[in-house]
Amino acid sequence: MKQKIKKEKKNWEEKVLKKILEKRPERKKHFENYSKIKIERLYTPEDIEGLDYLKDLGFPGNFPFTRGVQPTMYRGRLWTMRQYAGMGDAEESNKRYKYLLKQGQTGLSVAFDLPTQIGYDSDHQLAIGEVGRVGVAIDSLQDMEVLFKGVPLDRVSTSMTINSPCAILLAMYIAVAEKQGINLSKLSGTTQNDSLKEYIARGTYIFPPLPSLRLTTDVNEYASKHLPKWNPISISGYHIREAGATAVQELAFTLANGLAYVEALKMRNLKPDDFAPRFSFFFAVHNNFFEEIAKFRAARRLWARLMKERFQVQNPKSMMLRFHAQTGGSTLTAQQPDNNIARVTLQALAAVLGGTQSLHTNSRDEALALPSEDSVQIALRTQQIIAYESGVSDTVDPLAGSYYLESLTDQMEKEALTYIKRIDDLGGMLAAIEKGFIQREIQNSAYIHQKKIEKKEEVVVGLNRFQSDPAFSAPQKNHEVRKGGVDSKIEERQKRRLLKLKEERDNKKVKKALNNIKKAIHPTPLQRGGVHNQKNLMPVILEAVGVYATVGEICDILRQEFGEYRESVSI
Amino acid sequence: MSLIEKILQGDHKATAKLISKIEDEPTSTLKEIKVLEERIVPVHTLGITGPPGVGKSTLIARLIEHYREKNKKVGVLAIDPSSPFTGGALLGDRIRMQMPSPDEGVFIRSMATRGQLGGLSRATNNAIKVLSGWGADIVIVETVGAGQAEVEVMRVADTIVLVLSPGLGDDIQMMKAGILEIGDIFVINKIDQGETGHLERNLELVRPGREKEGWVPAIIKTIAIKGSGIDELYKKIEKHRKYLKNKK
Amino acid sequence: MRKKIRVLIAKPGLDGHDRGAKVVAKALRDAGMEVIYTGIRQTTEQIVNTAIQEDVDCLGLSILSGAHVKLFPEIVELLKKRGGEKILIFAGGIVPSEDIPELESIGISKIFGPGTSTQEIIDFIKTQIGADRKRR
Repeated sequence: MKQKIKKEKKNWEEKVLKKILEKRPERKKHFENYSKIKIERLYTPEDIEGLDYLKDLGFPGNFPFTRGVQPTMYRGRLWTMRQYAGMGDAEESNKRYKYLLKQGQTGLSVAFDLPTQIGYDSDHQLAIGEVGRVGVAIDSLQDMEVLFKGVPLDRVSTSMTINSPCAILLAMYIAVAEKQGINLSKLSGTTQNDSLKEYIARGTYIFPPLPSLRLTTDVNEYASKHLPKWNPISISGYHIREAGATAVQELAFTLANGLAYVEALKMRNLKPDDFAPRFSFFFAVHNNFFEEIAKFRAARRLWARLMKERFQVQNPKSMMLRFHAQTGGSTLTAQQPDNNIARVTLQALAAVLGGTQSLHTNSRDEALALPSEDSVQIALRTQQIIAYESGVSDTVDPLAGSYYLESLTDQMEKEALTYIKRIDDLGGMLAAIEKGFIQREIQNSAYIHQKKIEKKEEVVVGLNRFQSDPAFSAPQKNHEVRKGGVDSKIEERQKRRLLKLKEERDNKKVKKALNNIKKAIHPTPLQRGGVHNQKNLMPVILEAVGVYATVGEICDILRQEFGEYRESVSI
Repeated sequence: MSLIEKILQGDHKATAKLISKIEDEPTSTLKEIKVLEERIVPVHTLGITGPPGVGKSTLIARLIEHYREKNKKVGVLAIDPSSPFTGGALLGDRIRMQMPSPDEGVFIRSMATRGQLGGLSRATNNAIKVLSGWGADIVIVETVGAGQAEVEVMRVADTIVLVLSPGLGDDIQMMKAGILEIGDIFVINKIDQGETGHLERNLELVRPGREKEGWVPAIIKTIAIKGSGIDELYKKIEKHRKYLKNKK
Repeated sequence: MRKKIRVLIAKPGLDGHDRGAKVVAKALRDAGMEVIYTGIRQTTEQIVNTAIQEDVDCLGLSILSGAHVKLFPEIVELLKKRGGEKILIFAGGIVPSEDIPELESIGISKIFGPGTSTQEIIDFIKTQIGADRKRR
């Protein structure tokens, strides 16, 4: 059979193809996807000769999870349609949460403003103009109490996008729960807590990578012992991709970060099976349809294999890569913004065919400003149309067995593994980041991508081809934009609250608690490797937030002891 | 007021303008340089060099803080290579040298090599004089320790500090011998990031024997990002400055 | 005559999205300019201080956090105070179209929206700086 196909293919190439190519050359000499993987003219059984169904694909819910993490996938339950939203100050957000709860929604998401994300209080000089702008401003437990006032924390699941100071914000959440009299074992939700990717994308780092890894590990360890229903970390490729990485790089760097977190926890004498089941991932989904689907399938298979081979995990859940996907913000164009609806549709479809657990679809006008209500609704409806009208959710992993897709899945996995091994050779992800290797790889990809668009080697519809009359493609107006005036009001209010808090709280207790953090940091000299054996800082941080020490105050102590990270630019 | 007068009064803009002129039209500034030379006492110049990634800029940031605490004005010239193909350059060293808020007593200037061997040393030398006129009590010149031009530039410095970090133990053999020979102080930075014994042993081997000159190049260990070892480095620099003074 | 165009690419505000700023910095370097890149999280004082000390011909500001309304006018004011009023200022990132007229009126020469090609920015700088130098 195999021989016969081979023979017939050769026949076809000589007798049919050759003639056609002479008469009509193909559109391009060389076809490749964004990850620079060469795309062949035709894929046949030859291309998947090496594929071993049981070993490489298996059954959904079984190792290596190529076909999905649940046996019935969307036949059982559709993916979660999660639209990230919410800003303003704690009071505004609290109102919004209560409204959502009344509507029956139980998943809340918290976005923090930038000063909170990088550990500055609202009255810090660097916070000017930023307070409450891209999320809610949290200075102290008091703000967190306002944020969740009247929200029963045992009955909601809260997702918090917070990284460098994650330990502090999670501690505040825990403190609110305790004040509500809720048992910690009932708290459910997710913290992003992926501090390593901040150095290679997104940029809300505070401390150098090594102590950051310690803090991330503190949260992971604490959660594995006290918060059984909490997902302490969401290992994020999304920002890496948005910073310009290719799909293969996104895959490789995200999993490499994941491995670094596992290694760090192991040094705390924890067994991977005790914590890995609670790891979750977050990926971007871009335009190249098959490349994206292959990426997700390869991600599941590669993670399962890495966990099994490197850490000998036993629990299948430790090998399972569960992920949230978001359509790619950087793929949207400000020109002809309605075209973005088509892009988001394609991307969302790829995420679903790739087996995502939850999905955020971007709004068409996000390249311009904050999305309008209409746009947000279209984005959600796009998911619903895919779920209920397209039929793709009726069977598990419908594209499996495609010569092209299986071959591509295999190649993506191999290339990602090559990167991971290179990172191993550099001494692991921490060292690769410190050496700037990852940052350079991403910057190069971003630059090459931009140049290709400018040379029209890559087509972006409406931007470098098929532009419409400028009069019609002018960016739309009427977007809801937060004006400076509104923000400065939030800023002033927040500053006043902070000042009042500092007068009213027991400052002796605060001082003592901050000092306790300082003492807990250095029981022994800080050394690489040894860092993970250090004392978990969660208990002292919990003590400090409990007496209303602020995010800024706690981070100042940590900054003093750990130092502050400054990027080194080698472009 | 003339440009020179403004510089002598500590004006940042005038200082910056004259450095630009030195870079762009060196011959047109001869007169100004001469006037400056008459009006100033030569400033102590510190050359800091070493391979990429060892933390030179962070170390300089800490030194700046140290000098500022002692109320000394600091000038910095951060030199980066120009592309031989396009002539362009990306100058990013400032990032890790900056203070959270600008300080009148610190002047940092990035310079591209502009592909000129002798010219760069001359330009650097003259820029040091301008910074001296601006009031610098110390001028720090930073280069990546690779290539002939950089070794040449280092020769304009009074005290040369070679910065290394763990994990570079073997690379040292491959470094420009010239840099090793002229180093007055060796710094091993980031000592929290690995074993330093190998590097130290290698340094001992290659470190030039300059005992007969009356100066033994010292090895100092630092963790610049946390500020540890900086005071020791500062003291060693001062010691070298005094040594040079006595030698004269 | 200056031999090289010197550009400062700066990121005011706290957002860490530096993809655009870095791509532009690299493109300007490849176009033969000397580019000083400040890194993220720069205060307005830091940016102006750098512009003056580095004696740049132009200043490119990149921001995505939305704080431009507050920060851009501050930068323009501080530059004037320190004698840098001749420095050409342009900006990129996410700036809503409603804000553009106001920013242009205070002295931001050009705001490049999403999808701008780096060549467009290079051409803009070369033309503006060239014309300015002829005038001098």
